[in-house]
Amino acid sequence: MINRNFTIRKSDIMNRRMFIIGIAKLIVFGGLITRLFSLQINDNKKYLTLSDKNRIREWKLPPIRGDIVDYFGNIIAGNLKVYQLHVIPEQVENFNYLLSRLKTILKLSDKRVEQIKKKKQQLKPWESLIISENLSWDQFLVINNYLYELIGVKPVMTISRNYPFDEIYTHVLGYVSQPNENDLLSNDVIKEKFVPGIKVGKLGLEKTFENDLIGINDIQRYEVNAYGKRINQLDYQKGAQGSKIRITLDTDVQKLSAELLKNKAGSISVMDIFTGEIIAMYSSPSYNPNSFLFGISQDEWQLIRNNPLKPLINKTLSGLYSPGSTIKPIVALSALENGIMDTNFKVQCKGKMELHGQTFHCWKEKGHGWMSLNNAMKQSCDTYFYEIARKLGVDKLKVTADKFGLGHKVLGEYFENEKSGQFPDTKWKINNLGKGWVLGETLITGIGQGYTQTTPIQLCLMTAQIANGGYKIKPKILTDDNQLTTEQIIKAIQNSKSKNLYEPLFLNQKNIKIIQKAMFSSTNELRGTSYKSRIDDPKYQFAGKTGTAQVKRISKRERELDLKTFQIPYKERDHALYVAFGPYINPRYALSIIVEHGGSGSVAAAPMAKELFKLIIDKHQLRNDNKVFNI
Amino acid sequence: MFQHTRLNSDQNLFQKIKNLDYILLISLILLSILSFFVMYSTDGGELLAHSKNHLLKLSIFFMMMLIISFFNIKLWHYFSYFFYFLIILLLIWVSIFGIKVSGSQRWIDLYLIVLQPSELMKIGIILCLAKYYHRISIEKVNTFSSILIALVIIILPIILVLAQPDLGTSILIASSGLIILWLGGVKIKYFIVSFITFLISLPFVITVLEPYQKLRILTFLDPDRDPLGAGYQIIQSKIAIGSGGFSGKGFLNGTQSYLDFLPEKHTDFIFTLFSEEFGFLGSIGLIILYTIIILRVIRIGTICRSSFARLFCFGFAFALFIYITVNLSMVLGLLPIVGSPLPIMSYGGSSMLATMIGFGIVMSAKVHSKQMIA
Repeated sequence: MINRNFTIRKSDIMNRRMFIIGIAKLIVFGGLITRLFSLQINDNKKYLTLSDKNRIREWKLPPIRGDIVDYFGNIIAGNLKVYQLHVIPEQVENFNYLLSRLKTILKLSDKRVEQIKKKKQQLKPWESLIISENLSWDQFLVINNYLYELIGVKPVMTISRNYPFDEIYTHVLGYVSQPNENDLLSNDVIKEKFVPGIKVGKLGLEKTFENDLIGINDIQRYEVNAYGKRINQLDYQKGAQGSKIRITLDTDVQKLSAELLKNKAGSISVMDIFTGEIIAMYSSPSYNPNSFLFGISQDEWQLIRNNPLKPLINKTLSGLYSPGSTIKPIVALSALENGIMDTNFKVQCKGKMELHGQTFHCWKEKGHGWMSLNNAMKQSCDTYFYEIARKLGVDKLKVTADKFGLGHKVLGEYFENEKSGQFPDTKWKINNLGKGWVLGETLITGIGQGYTQTTPIQLCLMTAQIANGGYKIKPKILTDDNQLTTEQIIKAIQNSKSKNLYEPLFLNQKNIKIIQKAMFSSTNELRGTSYKSRIDDPKYQFAGKTGTAQVKRISKRERELDLKTFQIPYKERDHALYVAFGPYINPRYALSIIVEHGGSGSVAAAPMAKELFKLIIDKHQLRNDNKVFNI
Repeated sequence: MFQHTRLNSDQNLFQKIKNLDYILLISLILLSILSFFVMYSTDGGELLAHSKNHLLKLSIFFMMMLIISFFNIKLWHYFSYFFYFLIILLLIWVSIFGIKVSGSQRWIDLYLIVLQPSELMKIGIILCLAKYYHRISIEKVNTFSSILIALVIIILPIILVLAQPDLGTSILIASSGLIILWLGGVKIKYFIVSFITFLISLPFVITVLEPYQKLRILTFLDPDRDPLGAGYQIIQSKIAIGSGGFSGKGFLNGTQSYLDFLPEKHTDFIFTLFSEEFGFLGSIGLIILYTIIILRVIRIGTICRSSFARLFCFGFAFALFIYITVNLSMVLGLLPIVGSPLPIMSYGGSSMLATMIGFGIVMSAKVHSKQMIA
């Protein structure tokens, strides 16, 4: 009985205490369920996202760049299929053996083999290793023959940038290559679209219009496991090719320019004098942009870099030259506009001029005799221009030069490496050199020497604005479907209401006509400096001004020796320049030519204008017909 | 003393089968079936090693549970101390000849099964203490010597398990032991006093230690700690559970486990996979199923005549509760990671063996509920 009582008392305690524990259990389970609720119901979205982040990995593919076409729609920067060779290390039994097989089949260099081995270390075994970025067709065929025994090797077709005209457009388009750290940091679009294998613009329009050209990546969405291995493809999102860009240049004119400047250092620029469209812009020598696509070889790069003719510099925009006598139309115009002289004003040229004990030489030692404006322009008499510059003063001259675009960037919004050059005045000298202006400096400024530095494109713009009757134009390199035609512009100019649209750069338009006439004489009249390069057919007849820019001061002894160009060391020869517009009646186009160290402008530069005008004017009608091109 | 003890039962087999607790039995069968399908899912939807082995063990141990339940509860009372000492011997054997896996020595290779004696001790301690408090009169429960003996019974296996080292299992053994003390009638104030003493002394013990010693002790206690992964397991587990949502991603569609983001998905994190695939609803269902099982075990305890059977049922019910709570809290990110399986669901022979023995004894207590034990 006692025993039984104990048992009952014991079980009472047990039951009571178990009950307490039972309550505690329910509370704890309630807590666990609350926790489950908070994870699975409240934070479900958050964890679903995290789970997808875990399992879904996106692979972007390099986007296809937009094409760049010339005015007539010819592709000048396009895309080409290339064959690449990839290896997936995971599938390869003996990697070193495979590599030695590939080395013999593809004739890979030892250096390349080392690179591949190094790259393999950095990759996961299921990621494809690129053996060759650009297989030649022959290599591709050979590989296909061996494919059955090369397990883990796969030929892959991809798209690569291609410049069909090689070096013709390099300085305009630039080139593409793999982006470096700087490209990624400075352009968020590149950063966003970056994938290994993408190519981005490094220079020129390829760089300027990167964001339009780059395109949209294709995206592959894969489910991956915890180790990053792709399990299956969930989704393939098609991207888009970049926008097509049409530029104003004419490949034929560009090609002719390249031909004319072959083996020479220099630049040719051609511009529509009303629309401002650049028709050609070639800097010589150039280099092949296709070389940069798959990494340029060290040897080829050194060859370009060390070329004394400096192919890497875009001379049209970044080459700074003394304008020489090509400045004379502006000097004469400034003198006329400021009322310093009229067409009857005459100066006697004795071959030199003395000022404050200093001698200023005319190019013609014997002198030109009595010179009027027209004759002085025609024969490019230095003494005449010394005299009118002296009377005019440099400050007034600068105002006119400024108006016509000298010392200012022309295409700076498209090309970051364009230089502005300078046109000096008294203030400029004090500010930059800390010295007062000397009258002698005005004289040499009047013949385009001294401190004046211009780019070939500035000279082209200057000539265009003289040729169109003295109206300000905005040079452009991209086509614009809303662009007015030449006829519409001429009509608009004649209509006084649209003066704001086409700002006149003159006080009296008669003065512009006088300058045009003087340039006509310089080319088309006997004893004109470019008379030999003239075309008599009025359809092609053009007017121009030669220039010969000294690279160094000519010493007394050299002047006495009167050496021929080929007798002078290359680096010391004068730069040859020529600016012109045509046709003379109803002008449409202007050009500037510069041949570095080419000697005199009339011999080295002016004959090129003849070839160019023939082609440009022949294509005039075709160009008009293609104003709006369906691309 | 033992002459009164009748080991053979006075019921025949048919009566015994009739007296089985069918609510518990059906719940266990349900849980077993569920655990097989979850294991099948961890194998990626194929009948591979894990699911096959799990099925085999389930069948064998289920049969074993039934066989155990047909033996009179008096038999289990009779052998309780023997079992306890047998497991102690096994634990000593482990510490000398055991198999060492990733820094801890927990297993014995018995050719047919790789046994983890510490898992068996979870049941052994309950059996032993249930018998101890069954035999001790209520007046003597709170004497110094009887409490001392009870504490020795608890501390002895804990030292052996801690030495393996295996913090998780020793905590579970300790809590199972202490709960029997509590149910046996040890005064509440002893629990409160020792708990407060423990809390107060803890910071002193920790501050006295040099940092490298602390680290050493931590590593000693818990070699599974992953200092580099810094909670990788728990983060992935929370993602899996959280992304399951209300109704889950669907059977065999748990991306976290399928794509190997989930560590230990067969064993300690089995609930994570279950919860990812079956969602909040499924998880609640599973918890309810466990609750039914626990309540049923408690219920069986209350109808038992003998204190031994009652103590064992209560103790085992509490142990189940602790295992489930520790495991779920761990995978839900509420407790640090200490290795502790989820009863029946987790892959692992020893744990299932111990659990099934436990259920077998509970069943036996039900079948022989009228049995008095002297």
